[in-house]
Amino acid sequence: MGAGTHATGAAPGGLGPLGAKRRRWGEEVIRALLFCAAAISVLTTIGILVALLTESIPFFKEVGTSFFTETEWSPLFADPQFGIWPLLNGTFLITGIAIAVAIPLGLGSAIYLSEYATPRVRKVVKPILEVLVGVPTVVFGYFALTFVTPQILQALGIHVQVYNALSAGLVMGIMIVPTIASISEDAMRAVPQGLREGAYGMGATKRQVATKVVFPAAISGIVAACVLGVSRGVGETMIVLLAAGLQPNLGVDPVDGYATITTFMGSAADGDNPAGSIGYESIFACGLILFVLTLIMNMIAIRFVRKYREVYE
Amino acid sequence: MTPPPPPPAADVAEVVMPGTQFVRDGATRLREIGFAALLLTALGIALLTLLVLMIDVILEGASSLTPEFFTDTPSRIDPSSSGIAPAIWGTIWLMLVCAAFIIPVGVASAIYLEEYANRENRFARFVEVNIQNLAAVPSIVYGVLGLAFLVRGPLELGNVVLAGGLTLGLLVLPVVIVAGREAIRAVPPSIREGSMALGATKWQTIWKQVLPAAVPGIATGTILALSRAIGETAPLIVVGATAFATTASTGLFEQFSALPIQIFGWTADPQEAFQALAAGAIIVLMAILLSMNAIAIWLRNRYEQKW
Repeated sequence: MGAGTHATGAAPGGLGPLGAKRRRWGEEVIRALLFCAAAISVLTTIGILVALLTESIPFFKEVGTSFFTETEWSPLFADPQFGIWPLLNGTFLITGIAIAVAIPLGLGSAIYLSEYATPRVRKVVKPILEVLVGVPTVVFGYFALTFVTPQILQALGIHVQVYNALSAGLVMGIMIVPTIASISEDAMRAVPQGLREGAYGMGATKRQVATKVVFPAAISGIVAACVLGVSRGVGETMIVLLAAGLQPNLGVDPVDGYATITTFMGSAADGDNPAGSIGYESIFACGLILFVLTLIMNMIAIRFVRKYREVYE
Repeated sequence: MTPPPPPPAADVAEVVMPGTQFVRDGATRLREIGFAALLLTALGIALLTLLVLMIDVILEGASSLTPEFFTDTPSRIDPSSSGIAPAIWGTIWLMLVCAAFIIPVGVASAIYLEEYANRENRFARFVEVNIQNLAAVPSIVYGVLGLAFLVRGPLELGNVVLAGGLTLGLLVLPVVIVAGREAIRAVPPSIREGSMALGATKWQTIWKQVLPAAVPGIATGTILALSRAIGETAPLIVVGATAFATTASTGLFEQFSALPIQIFGWTADPQEAFQALAAGAIIVLMAILLSMNAIAIWLRNRYEQKW
């Protein structure tokens, strides 16, 4: 830079060639710094994989295939057993209850907001849903343990234990409703108005337009919303940690307590397990299982969303 | 409007064929009303449950909200002299660390991806897919990442504010990147072209023209990211936050508590008196969260620029 720049590159009697006359090192350095920042998000993924694998590999070397064949999980006992099935059982039992609540409520809300609600109602309810997506899950955990279990389930005469899968699952379902409703409502609103008008023109009723035209046309977005809902449930820690207890359990009775993959990780990572011990490594092995499960679900969801975008872009 | 794609053939046929739709008999009308009522019930149940949650928390926790509640430290034995001072200070420190990490890194990533990386560029597309996947990783897995690399492992910071704040930062970084990219993309190319035509370099253009125009969008995204980070509990449990801190953190390398951790600790306590304290702390946390969301929405509406 400086006063002389205009003279250096210009050919006598005319303009010089277009384009940079010399490399600007400052610009190059900035570009490199920005690149490094963008690389951090990739490094995060790599970091997660490295962290999970470096501790899991010695774990699997020691435990071997009994991880998938044994049916008992007691990693902190004197004679530890590492069968993952009780944890997977608890995870999917509670997520199953949650999804059984969240899909009908979430999709019902979404159809109502997209097809029935007046613009005024939608304008009020949609932001409420978006704020509710951000309610900390520890708050839902508090609600499940101190309200739903004693004041609803036990008051209704259901003989649930203090820690039980039913309360955790129901509350987790309510937690997932805003996510499913918000994403699938977006998908339904993206269905072109012409499709609805065509159906009305042929004499369809409002219900028929909603269920036979809009719903099928938005199905990929709706499936993606539900898969993301399941994925949120599987990865959810606080509700389950507070309301479902820590007891590994292979049963299916929702009035009992269950440990899940996430609750084991949360309860075992409190510092009592020194680095390098098998108990410490088992946290990472569980993390790996959880990571792989949610990654697969997210890839399915992305697939579905792509498909739905292809239709309307 | 984009041209509507061909509608799914089978469904249209189904709508047309029965021929009864034109005559709305009583049964049809009943089904219509029944279906609408069902949908409204679904939305009603969801919103009502959440309303009950709020009311329950307020009824339980309102009595805890004394001035001493904000200045006392938590006690394991005596609920009446327990407070959230260390939790509030812990949360403030965590948010400072988190913001100091996500604002520069998130904005720089967004600038690189929007202004420098070629859209067709493999790296840019890889980063994009990567960010989508990171958003779906359960928060407790970020805790494990923090435990392995920040608390123990290569950095060995221990259970300190810096490790907790950075863990939360990594967790919400994608939110800032996505919001930053949208804000930068919304600045029209003519602004950049005008700047470049006047002789500005690429970076001068970005720094003096593009970024100032994108600030409201970036700020909104940052606040939303922080409001997500402030309620996260599971990763902090894994990196070793403590629910019974006796003193407030005063620096980056000290042990810490946080509001959600305090709520978890009190809720999990078998003594019922502590649950009123948990409810009180929930009210404080939700009040902070709702104010952050309100500020974000206000920022978006106030400064949204129409080009």
